Amino acid sequence: MNEASKVDIHSEEFLRQLMRRQLRLSIACAATFVVVLLGLPLANYFLPELMATRVAGFTLSWLILGVLFFPFVWAIAWFFIKRSIALEQEEAREAGGGDR
Amino acid sequence: MIPILAAVDPWILTFSLVTVIATMGMGFWSAGKSKTAGDFFVAGRSVSVGWNASAISGEYLSAASFMGVAGMVMSSGYDALWYPVCYACGYLFLLLFIAGPLRRFGAYTIPDFAEGRYDSTLFRKIAVIFVLFIGFFYTMPQMKGAGTTLAYIFKDVDLRGILPGSLLPHDAAGLATIGFPYWAGVVIVGAVITLNVALGGMKGITLVQAFQYWAKMFAISVPIFVLMSVYGGYGTHLAVNDNNPAVIQTIREPLPDKAPKNEAWISPFGPLTTKAATRAKITGEAARPYSLLYTYSLIIALVCGTAGLPHILVRFYTNPDGVAAKRTTMWVMILIGIFYIFPPIFGVLGRSLLPGLYLLTGSKGSDGIVLQLPKLVNDRIPLLGSILSGITCAGAFAAFMSTFSGLLVSMTGALAHDIYGRILNPQATARQRLIAFKVSAVAIGIVAVLLGTQVEQLQINFMVGQAFAIAAASYFPLLFMSVWWRGMTMKGAATGMLTGGLLALSGISLTSFSDLAALPNAGGFIKLFDLNSFWAAHPLFRILCEQPAIWTVPLAITLMIVVSKLTRNDIPADVRMKMLVLHAPESLGLKKEYIQEHAAH
Repeated sequence: MNEASKVDIHSEEFLRQLMRRQLRLSIACAATFVVVLLGLPLANYFLPELMATRVAGFTLSWLILGVLFFPFVWAIAWFFIKRSIALEQEEAREAGGGDR
Repeated sequence: MIPILAAVDPWILTFSLVTVIATMGMGFWSAGKSKTAGDFFVAGRSVSVGWNASAISGEYLSAASFMGVAGMVMSSGYDALWYPVCYACGYLFLLLFIAGPLRRFGAYTIPDFAEGRYDSTLFRKIAVIFVLFIGFFYTMPQMKGAGTTLAYIFKDVDLRGILPGSLLPHDAAGLATIGFPYWAGVVIVGAVITLNVALGGMKGITLVQAFQYWAKMFAISVPIFVLMSVYGGYGTHLAVNDNNPAVIQTIREPLPDKAPKNEAWISPFGPLTTKAATRAKITGEAARPYSLLYTYSLIIALVCGTAGLPHILVRFYTNPDGVAAKRTTMWVMILIGIFYIFPPIFGVLGRSLLPGLYLLTGSKGSDGIVLQLPKLVNDRIPLLGSILSGITCAGAFAAFMSTFSGLLVSMTGALAHDIYGRILNPQATARQRLIAFKVSAVAIGIVAVLLGTQVEQLQINFMVGQAFAIAAASYFPLLFMSVWWRGMTMKGAATGMLTGGLLALSGISLTSFSDLAALPNAGGFIKLFDLNSFWAAHPLFRILCEQPAIWTVPLAITLMIVVSKLTRNDIPADVRMKMLVLHAPESLGLKKEYIQEHAAH
């Protein structure tokens, strides 16, 4: 192993911190997604008139689900990857293995 | 033979034949280049993220995506949109929780992972059975896609006098008609692909799968652009579905009485999600809570199921590392997301332009809309319609052939390698194993064809959704919990996976059997499952059986936690090392250490 290790990567604290940081990021992204995903049926249920508003022939609900939902999810995925790669680099640097 | 072919559109036949020959040819060409599983994975590592993402997307887009989504949007309207959206967005869960860690762990399949994570060959044997369950549910709709496509291509062929009347398609009065029988399409395509897999073609090679994606993308998008420029756009045809008499209806053919009404079709909580309540004579406001429950359960099944599909996860190991696995997943979401914009447009235009399909069922019904709609262009621009219809038929062939052979390879692998090679005859020689592979491929192919011939009346997309529901209650909880919770034991994982998965399987089988039993010409043992008066009395029970994810997924996870707590002495001794391998960046070099440690034992 690298002699210059600042953190013992086999220690309990390192693993705990590693998993906690990554899980926190994943859960934050998943929560954003789930709120919209599970919120849309609720909007359809409680606000049917609003969701039936016509926009260029589409109902609002159809436009959201059939078209706009995809770019929304791409944005979450892009944000997650950017943050998660940065996190990994940080972890590798802390553990002294980042220069490999 | 010649007079029979004279009744077939030459363009459609040519495009379809070229696709079949090209797919098989590329399969054999690439199978010759890589002999072992090792070759396959090593070759994959030299492949860029873009190619790999195309390959995963190519494997994923099956007959359900290519034909089924359009057919279901046409028949059910808004509610069917949840399918394409969740098929694409399910990858987000895979990306957030599973893709990176699983790639780092370096197990090739879910049974490999199950064995490695819990150091248990027994668990591997248990885990493998869901490859077969999910696989058979996934092959049935592919077979229906094949039967539907061939029935369309040869729809004007007259086989009366060549085949006995009982084997021919029938009209409503029960008389044999012209046209190609559904079962024959299933048998022909099933036999060709099975033979091909048994002979060693069709290995999951990155290049072939990547090509498949772009072929399907071309075949779904180009015809729809032409159709929209000739007949009016997506929004225009949605706007017609309005009860306001001021909306001009001239672009639409008159709808038959059997078609869903405008309001029910375009609004949420339409025919698909209210079916159970309608049968129980619950209508209007009182039916809406049932629809909401159905919608949520469907969403959970599709989103969680994507992350537990065995034939998709295996492709993630062709990524060089966890970071590339994440990048690949994001590109897959973009590629399939763009694809999924198009099939619903076919459904919407189909409702306006070919409403006659609402009157037909089975292989002649709305599942064939993607194949039939482009041919209309012939009325305006001669020949172009035939060419476009040929292109969508070719895309359909690409879709069900690639998915069926991918499933056949992974199911055959499970049967020959895990069940025969590890359980029945562990001392088998290489030659015996090769024979076992071929026999397994033929056996699974025959079962898949027999099942496929029975499902003409079920919707393609619906059946694939059911396969997702089984994956969501079995493999998804297994992967999710094993990756993120150190306290899991083998007994906990097995209890949760088996209970959740088998309950989902039972509920789904029960509803599908009873739907088949309700058909007028149902016969034999299937009649035993006629539960329709029971369902009519208990709509809630019907929804929870038809879409079980809302209770089976939490049940599986709860059982995993409870049983693992009870058996906490069985937590694998080196769980901390395993967790480090799953979560630490590859640059720390833990993987190497882990393998050395294991080799030393």
